[in-house]
Amino acid sequence: MTLATLTKPWAAFSYGFLDASAKREMRRKMLKAIAVPGCQMPYASREVPMARGWGTGGLQVTLTLLKPSSSVKVIDQGADDSVNAASIRSFLSKVSGAAETWDTQAATLIQSRHRIPEERLRADQVLVLQVPNPEPLRPVEPNMSVARQMHADADYGRLWLILYEQMVRSGRIMEGAAYPALVNRRHVMTPSPIPRWDVPKLHMAEHLTFLSAGREKRLYAVPPFTQVEPLVFSDVPYQVEDHGALRCHRSGVTGYYMNEIPQDNGGSVFELSDSNLGIKAIRRAEGAQVEIGPTWYENGKMPQ
Amino acid sequence: MTAALALLAPHLMTTPPLLTLQGVSRRYGDVVALEDVSAAVYPGEVLGIVGESGSGKSTLLRMMNLEDTPDAGDYRLALPDLPGNLFVLDRFARRMLCATRIGIVYQNPHLGLLMKHTSSGNVAERLLIAGERSFAALRGRARDALEASEFPLNRMDARPFELSGGMQQRVQLAKAIALEPALLLLDEPTTGLDVSVQALVLDTLKRLQRDRAITMVIVSHDLGVIRTMADRVIVMRRGRVVEQGLADQIFQDPQHDYTQQLVHAKL
Ligand SMILES: Nc1ncnc2c1ncn2[C@@H]1O[C@H](COP(=O)(O)OP(=O)(O)O)[C@@H](O)[C@H]1O
Ligand SMILES: [Mg+2]
Repeated sequence: MTLATLTKPWAAFSYGFLDASAKREMRRKMLKAIAVPGCQMPYASREVPMARGWGTGGLQVTLTLLKPSSSVKVIDQGADDSVNAASIRSFLSKVSGAAETWDTQAATLIQSRHRIPEERLRADQVLVLQVPNPEPLRPVEPNMSVARQMHADADYGRLWLILYEQMVRSGRIMEGAAYPALVNRRHVMTPSPIPRWDVPKLHMAEHLTFLSAGREKRLYAVPPFTQVEPLVFSDVPYQVEDHGALRCHRSGVTGYYMNEIPQDNGGSVFELSDSNLGIKAIRRAEGAQVEIGPTWYENGKMPQ
Repeated sequence: MTAALALLAPHLMTTPPLLTLQGVSRRYGDVVALEDVSAAVYPGEVLGIVGESGSGKSTLLRMMNLEDTPDAGDYRLALPDLPGNLFVLDRFARRMLCATRIGIVYQNPHLGLLMKHTSSGNVAERLLIAGERSFAALRGRARDALEASEFPLNRMDARPFELSGGMQQRVQLAKAIALEPALLLLDEPTTGLDVSVQALVLDTLKRLQRDRAITMVIVSHDLGVIRTMADRVIVMRRGRVVEQGLADQIFQDPQHDYTQQLVHAKL
């Protein structure tokens, strides 16, 4: 008898790059984050084979949620084919056996920087947003422990004060990306640096969203069917970027968030920021059988 | 000692006090900041608190503003929807109560103001905390409060650090009265200002008091200020109340040695 006959054949102890204890730490904090929507949970951020600041926070959440039967989509500014998105996606697939996809409809897990796809996410999908700076109070309170106390007290007067002063100075609210929003009527969060266009998509959404910052070691969540209300004055309506009437010069589609592409002649053309939606629209126009899911915006407007 | 009722102005004897403090003591390590202090403030009156530096005046005012909790004591405000002893309130309830029902002006404007935000914004923040969400209303109400404090409206969007000391106190005052509080606390509001500016700020306070019948507690080590403002006076020394009574009575016929020294030093 040899030792080999007494032992099981070698098999990977875990998958998804992180070891079991790292995943357990993440899971605990993710459950806490779901339990208190919008509240930042500190977590032990692990080393992953990527530099901090390139989405390591999102990556750790994704790695924890990932399983071999997942279909994973990764986008950077809406594009599946950027170098970052492509290498994160292939890494995720390599360490877990999960399928890679560009199709929002087919994905079970979507990691994103700067955008939420235009097609509505469903209850069986999870969105993971990479966040560089999770603290909405940073502009008003540089001391992070004071800021935490302010969250505990729901003391958001100074955050409102910034909006008041923007109105006084320029007659409109200047916050672009990362527009602060009140979650579940309790905690104000920074909804990652997504454009104003995307913030209403989080309100009462069917899907679960995690937002995670690797460098700052904090994550927070918007569970399904949770209220997400951008901070706005009752007499100054929330305005999304004025993209509703723009036309994508490649797919001809209108009514979605566009990237502006400067031209040699000094003008510019527009292109769908959600590149997979553009690809699907073009293929469908060419006669292929392509399914485009229902989108959050219809004719450039978010139905209430 | 005269009976407590005899110390009141006649028109005050009929109404119950707005504010009642009883047996308040506070130590900081070995320092006795307050020792068994009791006080009452009646609706519409101005209570002056005098005493040398370190006698516990600011500590007492901080208690009234629920910024600190004493080792022992009871604090009540005769306002709707409040529990008995306010010192049992949690942080959250304290903050709401202070923001909406109590206004305070500190000697040091850095304590009361966000120096890098606009003056109108400092006032608006108060309204925002209380839940005002209309920009037009915020703007209008901030302007009204600044105007009532006799702050020059063409500077309403200047930042306090660009303003003079007197102006800064007016911004604090506007912030304090923006929500029409039941109680206005003033901790040495004019100390450190030029005499002429001081007189103007006191004028504003007197006018506000007359027009709105705000109940005020004003702390000062300057008897002149107390004499101009207060209906009734509490004299403090080493954390204790050594004498209290009607302002005229205290100034003309001080009973306690310490008060006599204070008054005579002044006169
Ligand atoms: N937070 C604190 N920590 C320690 N000692 C304090 C604190 N606040 C006040 N004191 C002490 O309590 C005493 C009364 O202070 P204070 O109320 O500021 O007096 P006043 O305003 O009459 O000058 C002083 O001896 C002061 O040093
Ligand atoms: Mg003092």
